[in-house]
Amino acid sequence: MVEAKGLGLTFKTADGDVVALSDVNLDIKRGEFVSFIGPSGCGKTTFLRVIADLEQPTSGSITVNGTSPADARVNRSYGYVFQAPALFPWRTIEKNVALPLEIMGYSEAERRERIARTMKLVNLDGFEKKFPWQLSGGMQQRASIARALAFDADLLLMDEPFGALDEIVRDHLNSELLKLWASTRKTIAFVTHSIPEAVYLSTKIVVMSPRPGRVTDIIESTLPAERPLEIRETPEFLEIAHRVREGLRAGHSYEV
Amino acid sequence: MGRSLREGSLVPILIVLAGLIVVWYVAAVLMNWQGMSDFYQRTDVSNVSFGQQLNDVLNAEKPLLPAPHQIVGEFWKTTVEQAVTSKRSLVYHGWQTLSATLLGFIMGTVFGIGLAVFIVHNQAMDRSLMPWIIASQTIPILAIAPMVIVVLNAVGISGLIPKALISTYLSFFPVVVGMVKGFRSPEQIQLDLMRTYNASRFEVFTKLRWPIALPYLFTSMKVGVAASLVGAIVGELPAGTSNGIGARLLAGSYYGQTIQIWSALLAAALLAGALIALVSLAERVTNTALGARA
Ligand SMILES: Nc1ncnc2c1ncn2[C@@H]1O[C@H](COP(=O)(O)OP(=O)(O)O)[C@@H](O)[C@H]1O
Ligand SMILES: [Mg+2]
Repeated sequence: MVEAKGLGLTFKTADGDVVALSDVNLDIKRGEFVSFIGPSGCGKTTFLRVIADLEQPTSGSITVNGTSPADARVNRSYGYVFQAPALFPWRTIEKNVALPLEIMGYSEAERRERIARTMKLVNLDGFEKKFPWQLSGGMQQRASIARALAFDADLLLMDEPFGALDEIVRDHLNSELLKLWASTRKTIAFVTHSIPEAVYLSTKIVVMSPRPGRVTDIIESTLPAERPLEIRETPEFLEIAHRVREGLRAGHSYEV
Repeated sequence: MGRSLREGSLVPILIVLAGLIVVWYVAAVLMNWQGMSDFYQRTDVSNVSFGQQLNDVLNAEKPLLPAPHQIVGEFWKTTVEQAVTSKRSLVYHGWQTLSATLLGFIMGTVFGIGLAVFIVHNQAMDRSLMPWIIASQTIPILAIAPMVIVVLNAVGISGLIPKALISTYLSFFPVVVGMVKGFRSPEQIQLDLMRTYNASRFEVFTKLRWPIALPYLFTSMKVGVAASLVGAIVGELPAGTSNGIGARLLAGSYYGQTIQIWSALLAAALLAGALIALVSLAERVTNTALGARA
């Protein structure tokens, strides 16, 4: 689904070059749930933005869904969930979910059907006519996930979508996200800086480290597909979490 | 919160108003007293009691500063007690000014929005056009208004259009400045979101820039509509025009009809208040439709 080879990106800034990504080699297969974890500034967001054609790499190559990121964007091959919900405050929740559908030219009837389906998927049915400010932060982020799901892109890019939420809400949304992933069979690239979150969700964990931003370890999860929240207390889970922590430590001098 | 604030502020406003009226009466007496004494002397009237002079001062025909009741009386006489088609009716003159104000305001708003759209979508335009737009507002309107009126008159255009053009000239400015700011107010994350949908510039405009700029539009329109009214009145000042509040002001000052001047000013103030209230109403209706917090 995503193939990066020797990918690099250097930002030219007023006070010198910032190497946000260097020599990233990564293969995300169809149907995988891949988490990116690492301290802030290690290029997680930048990598997602390169996939989404919001940033241009300065070296190496990358294909998304078999094409260039630009073509993938034009083909609407991915849905992007930003760190903040980025809902339009003047639109109701259903109108926010309808936004990509309007732009992509779906018919009125099809829009209605897709809004109903995705709102149900994220457990927001009943809140269609509310405005964003009438919803809690967690609900707003779910609405933004519904918006990214509405047009059925196979690839979902999520940049710390639950980063601003408290742990209880986060746990809940994590298990919902897993169910959603299982039922929709999408490929998900998920940025986080929480080790339990990465281990709980992923089939593959990409450990990154900063200055220069690079991939230091790629861990294939051995956890079963079916994951109740309690799985986080099993030895297997803790073993993977330990490996992630080791990877973070090895890649960088400071503790995470 | 808005509602209780509005109700709560009524009493203080009335108190301030009452205070102003008292001050006004005192000022009217003080300013006109000497004039009345001189008048008595010229007409050989003597032994006027204080009460008599006070009464005369407050009901003089051409006082330096008319008292509130004189202005209200004149206003009443020239609105309610006159046919609206009469040239002596303030309603007639008010409409002359109002129609030019509205036409000029609409043209100015449309022109201002158009310019802003152009500027926001055109880096070069921003740099080359904005200085001219700002420079245009540094020219005193009193200097160019007579030229506009006279020149257009010479080519046979008179009445409504020239006045409306001056209103346009004054009202497009706040709109263009406000809307450039408004159209540029989307956050990067919102623009990125639209980019992930591969949205066209037109879609970014209609679905993001326009709705996000609406609050700026209404703020600009409140300034613009007041400027339009000033423009229309200024357009009525040059010699030769005889219609509108501006003409009433000018005629009043020619003949020393201070009461007429002040009642024309009152009409202008009422018009301005009504126009701004109208824009505010439109703003409130739009805000409700766009999900603003109650
Ligand atoms: N637009 C930009 N211009 C310059 N530097 C940037 C820009 N975006 C990100 N960076 C820098 O690139 C590095 C990686 O950033 P980012 O991908 O946001 O990290 P993360 O998401 O892992 O916290 C950081 O050092 C950041 O300061
Ligand atoms: Mg980030």
